[in-house]
Amino acid sequence: MSFIDDPRWGEALSHLPDYLGNHVRVSLAALALGLIVSLPLAILTRNRPAPRGILLALASIVQTVPGLALLALFYPLLLATASLTLALFGASFSAFGFLPAMLALALYSMLPVLRNGITGLNGIDLALIEAAKGVGMTARQSLVMVELPLALPVMMAGIRTAAVWVIGTATLSTPIGQTSLGNYIFAGLQTQNWVFVLFGCFASALLALAVDQLLGLIENGLRLRSRLRSGLGAAGILALVAATLVPWIARSSPGYVVGAKTFAEQHVLSALLRERLQASSLPATARSGLGSSVIFQALKAGDIDLYVDYSGTLWANQLHRTDIKPRAELLAELKASLAKENVTLLGELGFENAYSLVMPKQRAEALGIHSIADLVGHASTMSIAGDYEFFSRPEWAALQKAYGLQFRTQRQMQPDFMYAAVASGEVDVIAGYTSDGLIAKYDLVVLDDPRHAIPPYDAILLLAPKRIGDEQLQAALKPLLGKIDIATMREANLRAAGNDATSSPDVVAKWLWEKIGKR
Amino acid sequence: MHSRPMIAYARVSKSFGPTKAVDDVSLDIAEGEFVAVVGSSGSGKTTLLRLANRLIEVDGGTITVEGEDVHNIDPVALRRRIGYVFQSGGLFPHLSVADNIGITPKLLGAPLADIAARVDELLELVQLDRAAHRDRLPETLSGGQRQRVGVARALAARPRIVLMDEPFGALDPLTRDALGEDFRELHRKLGLTTVMITHDMTEAILLADRIAVMRSGILLAQGTPAALSESGDDYVLELLRTPRRQVERLNALLPRSGAA
Repeated sequence: MSFIDDPRWGEALSHLPDYLGNHVRVSLAALALGLIVSLPLAILTRNRPAPRGILLALASIVQTVPGLALLALFYPLLLATASLTLALFGASFSAFGFLPAMLALALYSMLPVLRNGITGLNGIDLALIEAAKGVGMTARQSLVMVELPLALPVMMAGIRTAAVWVIGTATLSTPIGQTSLGNYIFAGLQTQNWVFVLFGCFASALLALAVDQLLGLIENGLRLRSRLRSGLGAAGILALVAATLVPWIARSSPGYVVGAKTFAEQHVLSALLRERLQASSLPATARSGLGSSVIFQALKAGDIDLYVDYSGTLWANQLHRTDIKPRAELLAELKASLAKENVTLLGELGFENAYSLVMPKQRAEALGIHSIADLVGHASTMSIAGDYEFFSRPEWAALQKAYGLQFRTQRQMQPDFMYAAVASGEVDVIAGYTSDGLIAKYDLVVLDDPRHAIPPYDAILLLAPKRIGDEQLQAALKPLLGKIDIATMREANLRAAGNDATSSPDVVAKWLWEKIGKR
Repeated sequence: MHSRPMIAYARVSKSFGPTKAVDDVSLDIAEGEFVAVVGSSGSGKTTLLRLANRLIEVDGGTITVEGEDVHNIDPVALRRRIGYVFQSGGLFPHLSVADNIGITPKLLGAPLADIAARVDELLELVQLDRAAHRDRLPETLSGGQRQRVGVARALAARPRIVLMDEPFGALDPLTRDALGEDFRELHRKLGLTTVMITHDMTEAILLADRIAVMRSGILLAQGTPAALSESGDDYVLELLRTPRRQVERLNALLPRSGAA
């Protein structure tokens, strides 16, 4: 099977109307909002150096915040605002997906629009502004008839820059729940599906190029006073919006929204949950690639209906507990706490996906290392790698405290690359996930934790407050509880980590169900 | 009727910071008169001109236009009824010749057909070929053509008064001479009242009925060229001596027979 007729291209294409449509809507809405705010600000401050300086400085600061961080920041900000409006006015809005993504992207688009707007307006020959006054124009007429048309080429260049930035950055709005072409990239990176990654990159690049060219056409039309050109450009943009709005307006109700975090196991479990719901005639859609902190808030707010989390994660991050309890006790206490927030902990799936220290089996045996306690004497000459959050998580602090671990160096890595890195000797130890299929593939060993520094991480099924009495939903999900053991999940994860058509989450989920459904 | 001046400056002053740009100037300009205000750069002559259509506001004194205190006229309305010719044209680069000329009638809300007819009339008046120039952008015109368009634009709304800010200063001598003569003719034909700023005494003598001399914001002298030469002021006399000296030297240098 060649790269060209890989069936995953077809699968990628089938998502395109949804992903591209959402991408266009959020990008163009953000750009429009950015323009509506920035252009008047540029006009108002063009002759006022002090506020102009402050404005440009603020816009520059926003620009230095990485796109991913800016998008992530807007989620808690809106969440707080939403709960405030609920308290004050009794009405609230969804702080998930479209709104935070659009606001963050709009903010991101402001700098080029503001800077070019102000530069364009300030660059006009003062003699012409004087002439506008002299022939009897009011300040407004001078602005509309002389200053804006003359500043237009520079302003349009800024708008085009902003459009390209926004369309590119919009791929990063996937983790806060806004579907975009980034869904290809995030899912593809996690499941090692390079077809998806490439597809997502090309699609967003093509979209950026197309919008840039259409804006260029409008710009040329305005500059050359050609109604045809500017009309064609505007018609192109409108056609793009219309093409993405039609399927959106016509779309059916999303049914149950199944959330998934960023990694492969979550994609597989989300596919499994959706398949089970559909098998019970309950319509279900996916919201995948959500950030770890975003997903629980989204569930509480009802933006998603169900997802799989891990007991230790909620214990530390939501309950802010640092003590460690045995598996069953922790689960019972967690269930009671979640119930107070009307979140239903339906039950465990049967396996644990805990953080654990992992190294190559052969090396561990050679050094006589069986548990984390045995690592202590070697740690000072060893390097350790973890995912982006591990070293700031309470588990790492607990591990260091319980065992007195001090490694020579600490590195952060994309989770999928960690296993290959430790297998090749690039790093000595990794903080891996116990359910990861790559542990078996690379012949790695999970080190014991005799002092129980790491809390249990049972995979648990959570339901949103609005689904609290939904018996149909619970009945559809019950057959999954307690059925997935660690070996089965590892094998499923290994399948999902493959780089071919059989590794798509849907195919793996079907395999998984065939394996566990008869139990 | 003729006793009332078209423009009257009465004890007018204007300062920019510590600098007195116009210092207690009184000057009457009669209907149909062509007055040149002569002075070097920084003499306050441009400020004096701009005070009349309120591009700049006075600090003290009063200016009346057609008997009305300009302070009581809305500045936008005032500017629409006074033609203004800018240094090197001041044409809007993004507008065609026709749109530049028709701008003030358009601002006044004239019907489009009337504006188009008026533009054609004005192009003829300033001796530009209608078909060849109507739709061109200013950047494609020569300096002289641009200034003709500038004059046409100033006349578009049929003003009775035209203010000109060094209108011919940036042109080559031949174009400048032709344009000056042509405007002088327009001034007569249309019965305009014209105030022209210039630093060139020769141009002032050749075109104006009356000359006002400014120095450091003070109006040193005013009168016909002949009356000015009776002035007791050294600076005014020096200004008048320069063109005379030039004529004498030109006469000595150029062979009589070849002269026109």
